[in-house]
Amino acid sequence: MIRLSSVQAFGELREELVGVERKPQIRVCCGTGCRAAGAEEVFAALTAEASQRGLPVEVTSSGCQGWCERGPLVAVEHVPLLYLQVSPFDVATIVDLTLERGQPIERLLYQGDAGPVPWRDGIPFYRRQGRIILRNCGRIDPTDIRDYIRAGGYSALAKALGGMTPEGVIAEVKRSRLRGRGGAGFPTGRKWELCRAQRRTPKYIVCNGDEGDPGAFMDRSVLEGDPHAALEGMIIAAYAVGDVQEGFIYVRAEYPLAVKHLTLAIAQAEELGLLGKNILGSGLDFSIEVKRGAGAFVCGESTALMYSIEGQRGMPRESPFRSVERGLWGMPTVLNNVKTFASVPLIIDHGADWFTGIGTEGSPGTQVFALTGKVKNTGLVEIPMGITIRELVHEMGGGLPRGRCKAVQIGGPSGGCIPEALFDTPIDFDSLQEMGAMMGSGGLVVMDDADCMVAVARFFLAFTQQESCGKCTPCRVGTYQMLRIMDRIVDGRGEAGDIERLQDLGRWIAETSLCGLGRTAPNPVLTTIRYFRDEYEAHIRDRRCPAGACRSPGGFRIADEECVRCGLCQDACPDDAIFVRRDGFSIDPEFCTGCGRCVGACPVAAVVRTEEVAV
Amino acid sequence: MIADRELEKRISPILARYAGRKGTVVPLLQDVQGEFGWLSPEAMQVVAEEVPLPLARLYGVASFYTHFYFQPRGKHVVRVCTGTACYIRGAPALVGRLEEELGIRAGETTADLSFTLETVNCVGCCALAPVVVVDDRVLRKRDHKKLWGWIRQERR
Repeated sequence: MIRLSSVQAFGELREELVGVERKPQIRVCCGTGCRAAGAEEVFAALTAEASQRGLPVEVTSSGCQGWCERGPLVAVEHVPLLYLQVSPFDVATIVDLTLERGQPIERLLYQGDAGPVPWRDGIPFYRRQGRIILRNCGRIDPTDIRDYIRAGGYSALAKALGGMTPEGVIAEVKRSRLRGRGGAGFPTGRKWELCRAQRRTPKYIVCNGDEGDPGAFMDRSVLEGDPHAALEGMIIAAYAVGDVQEGFIYVRAEYPLAVKHLTLAIAQAEELGLLGKNILGSGLDFSIEVKRGAGAFVCGESTALMYSIEGQRGMPRESPFRSVERGLWGMPTVLNNVKTFASVPLIIDHGADWFTGIGTEGSPGTQVFALTGKVKNTGLVEIPMGITIRELVHEMGGGLPRGRCKAVQIGGPSGGCIPEALFDTPIDFDSLQEMGAMMGSGGLVVMDDADCMVAVARFFLAFTQQESCGKCTPCRVGTYQMLRIMDRIVDGRGEAGDIERLQDLGRWIAETSLCGLGRTAPNPVLTTIRYFRDEYEAHIRDRRCPAGACRSPGGFRIADEECVRCGLCQDACPDDAIFVRRDGFSIDPEFCTGCGRCVGACPVAAVVRTEEVAV
Repeated sequence: MIADRELEKRISPILARYAGRKGTVVPLLQDVQGEFGWLSPEAMQVVAEEVPLPLARLYGVASFYTHFYFQPRGKHVVRVCTGTACYIRGAPALVGRLEEELGIRAGETTADLSFTLETVNCVGCCALAPVVVVDDRVLRKRDHKKLWGWIRQERR
């Protein structure tokens, strides 16, 4: 490819790419989730079979299509058909029936209430989604820049460089009222404006892809499935802020595929002249470097992240200056999340009014949630702000496989648990804050009545306690003390007054910690006390776990006289705790976590709860 | 000064890649570890002289991050995700079973250097929970059964 020297040259390239008649596309999802389910084998088999028969189709690998639960996904776009849970053995049938004769294979389609559903628009999981940030994820080949340009990519950059002043770009982003998608929700346009006003140079642009929150994987999906979207947002930011030559993307070490795709994307953008010296002949010089994280959750915090890039210990530092004044190497720095940068090109392309038309008054746009836990359809969903939690869980998530929904945990270890009674609240930055949770990274874990809220809160606290960098006392010592109290409550050794002690400590930690990690660490405990105080009291006063999760082992037993030896309980057990004896099945109390799936799986009710065991 | 010729041969191309650039300590250590599998005291000494940084400061940086290892690692690395979704779907029991099978605690390496077992906070495959990552290959729940046979075979 030749280096583009002007905005006009880019326009011509784009026309050329769009004008080329393309073969029908078969997209095999090769995101991390589908890879684990064997997508690469499916991709290889499908490519081989299609080329061997000389079919006029193009088999491409795409990034994450979102519905990880049903992977590997294969989208036959020209029909259109979406095949779920495809195995290499299905490939021959797909080629025979669908590609040769255009017939759908019903057993691979989504089974709705009224029969098989061919395409995304009929599937509840996809129907309500409005994909902005994930617009290209699963719809383009992330390893080919031409696919991104064909889908409208880099045209926002061309528009900005060709006809907008840097101030004009900032004004447009401000008018869109885009708020940072990293969790805190700071207005992006305002951040850029503050940085532009700084006199000291050089300035830096940093993209935060250190998605450390357990239960969140949307940044990974964007970086793997649509890396150019983040790059384009960063280049536009560099133009708007001015005096920027270098940018960094900080990616978690656990995301090797994201690093690979990003590195490739940067190389392709440089080759086309969309990165590097004199971008599209505009005089803008900007290069981007990928920085791999090395496994420290606290590096998602902005100051810690910048110290980590500088090659120091990634500890947050208190400073009277904001990072737009003194950030990386003490210079003015704009630091935004992957999703924030990925939203920018569309705002420039379609205008701020289009963006504010989506979502709610205070929080325009969309948010990506990672829907996981005890829900039928796990995966990534992008929804307009303002949708209710109930719609998200029961409509898009398809409800729970079994049991009754008790709560959702939203926003990871900094967020909180929201009880079922509040599920009709619309989701946006401010309503979540009022309920004691926060948007955070957008992880949303559904929990049923077999999950103990005290144990869940303890889990999150153990996580933040372990990840605390240890610099400031409230976080280092405070979370440790809270964890000790939580440990004894879960173990059935709680004391009267423990709940009040937790609340007190939590408030102190939240008010006096140095960085966001400590300030939000007590949230899971405080919200569960707020909404599920009775569960805490049951543990402390009655030495009993109402959910039956914090049990001493052996909460279930298989009644031999009832058992028909079908083995379904063994298949259902996620912990392999059920083993075969010569004359039946037994539950190994060592491995039983008391999830109760065996009870639901047994056709003759032979699995019985032994008794309400003291915790 | 590099005493060990072998060490020098393997480490100098890495050092050359980063010469004269700023903010390179973490990527430099990552690449050195990528070459050797862990950060030996000798390798740390060489990097400290090259950066240059007092050895204690270099250890200060490296030990902050969980992905730097100061002990040799097993031939195979088994990482159990203990993120929220995996926790809810039974990761703690899985860790227990692996600990028993391998005879080590999470975070340790078997004496014959065949396996390292560790827990990881989230690998971002929450939809497939609970997941185990074996040598960078993600195993979803359905494939766990294969794991036990494979471990026994490898250890024989």
